[in-house]
Amino acid sequence: MRITCPHCGERDHREFYYKGHALALERPAADAGEAAWDDYVYLRENPAGVTRDLWYHEGGCGAWVVVTRSTLTHEVLSTEPASEARA
Amino acid sequence: MRFSGLRVLKEGLTGNKGWRPHWRDPEPKPEYDIVIIGGGGHGLSTAYYLARDHGLKNIAVLERGYIGGGNIGRNTTIVRANYFLQGNSEFYSHSLKLWEGLEEDLNYNVMHSQRGIINLFHSDGQRDAAARRGNMMISQGDDAILLGREELRKMVPYLNFDDLRFPLYGGLYHPRGGTARHDAVAWGYARGADQRGVDLIQNCEVTGIDIENGKVKGVQTVRGPIRAKKVAMVAAGRSSQVAAMAGMRLPIESHILQAFVTEGLKPVIDNVITFGMGHFYISQSDKGGLVFGGDLDFYASYAARGNLPTVEHVMEAGMALMPMIGKAKVLRSWGGIMDMSPDGSPIIDKTHIDGLYVNCGWNYGGFKAVPGSGSVFAHLIATGNYHPASTRHRLDRFRTGRGIIDEEGKGSQHNLH
Repeated sequence: MRITCPHCGERDHREFYYKGHALALERPAADAGEAAWDDYVYLRENPAGVTRDLWYHEGGCGAWVVVTRSTLTHEVLSTEPASEARA
Repeated sequence: MRFSGLRVLKEGLTGNKGWRPHWRDPEPKPEYDIVIIGGGGHGLSTAYYLARDHGLKNIAVLERGYIGGGNIGRNTTIVRANYFLQGNSEFYSHSLKLWEGLEEDLNYNVMHSQRGIINLFHSDGQRDAAARRGNMMISQGDDAILLGREELRKMVPYLNFDDLRFPLYGGLYHPRGGTARHDAVAWGYARGADQRGVDLIQNCEVTGIDIENGKVKGVQTVRGPIRAKKVAMVAAGRSSQVAAMAGMRLPIESHILQAFVTEGLKPVIDNVITFGMGHFYISQSDKGGLVFGGDLDFYASYAARGNLPTVEHVMEAGMALMPMIGKAKVLRSWGGIMDMSPDGSPIIDKTHIDGLYVNCGWNYGGFKAVPGSGSVFAHLIATGNYHPASTRHRLDRFRTGRGIIDEEGKGSQHNLH
């Protein structure tokens, strides 16, 4: 699997650290309540198919990247900087 | 049909014409008391113990593919009870005791081999942690022996004792641990459940779960609707998709764990050896193949195959630990789909829907848990109460923060366990 970093171009996935679902960008407010925090920290859609997840370009530019890819085929469909994905 | 030495002899002398299929291939009935979704190791053992321990007969196990075709046939067959935390330690202890009587109970040779497991350690701090874990195992009633470097060398002289990065200080030895023939475990439970009247229905994918007024009513399948008073979801590897049919999101992320087998060799590795710091573990099957694996590929996946960097890493770790295996040819590799939970421990519980039960989140440890999981899950489904060996595997422990069983203290990120 190769991932295209928006800043550095196509790279070996070993350069990246995997955080998990891009849900990590949607941090609830501190007082959002138990259910919202359960959703954020633990519960996952965990799709068999297209997913969006968060990778950190640890061995490169240090950017957080949102990767859209298939969990069934490992095909990477698109990538974008996390800063833009959140905006 | 019972297996015995006499029977094998008789069949051998009469052309092996008397053997019959081990289980029936029934058509699904319109209604059952209990429907189990998933004909893997855990689903089959759940059905078996429902019949054996609770006298229930009107049960169907619905399997999307064929019996033995999922993770029960895609693991590295290790059986152990070397856990540290309460919640896990009494559960795996219960499971190991069931393993020890399994072959007589099932009248089936699952080739359970208590060849012992050695977890290596490489520093004073790791030795202390191993000693503490060993004491917890002993206090649970299981067995553990702390091996020093020279004792370790006597048992496994072929390890690389000159490794500078991870010097071998010793190992925690768990003599009752070992391996079993994974396919035979599925077949033995399938046969045992079938003999007690359970319908095993293969090629029967569940496409929907019927719920009315907060109570489960049955399932929709590719072979038609089936009504049921109780439905149990036991589909580790696909837990999230099954639970989604009941409108539930689970605290599960699916990851790949790769494993490898070499060509058959003469006996060289007597025990199971784990090299945690290198993310490598190995045993030798009775057929002679070296069976080994490493860590996750670390990204969510259902592909059932991994990428090459992990292959390379596992091979490097193996060569660092035991250079003697370098000339063995790897015959095949595969990836299992792991239900990774946020604390590395399983979930065996009721759900908020009346009559719907869930068993998932087995991380890397599902195989050794097959007897224990079936036993405690059957107890829960039949009686409505938690089995004493499984009082802590609650689904709500994540939401409430009470009762998290994080064996390695790694936090809530699914792929770190």
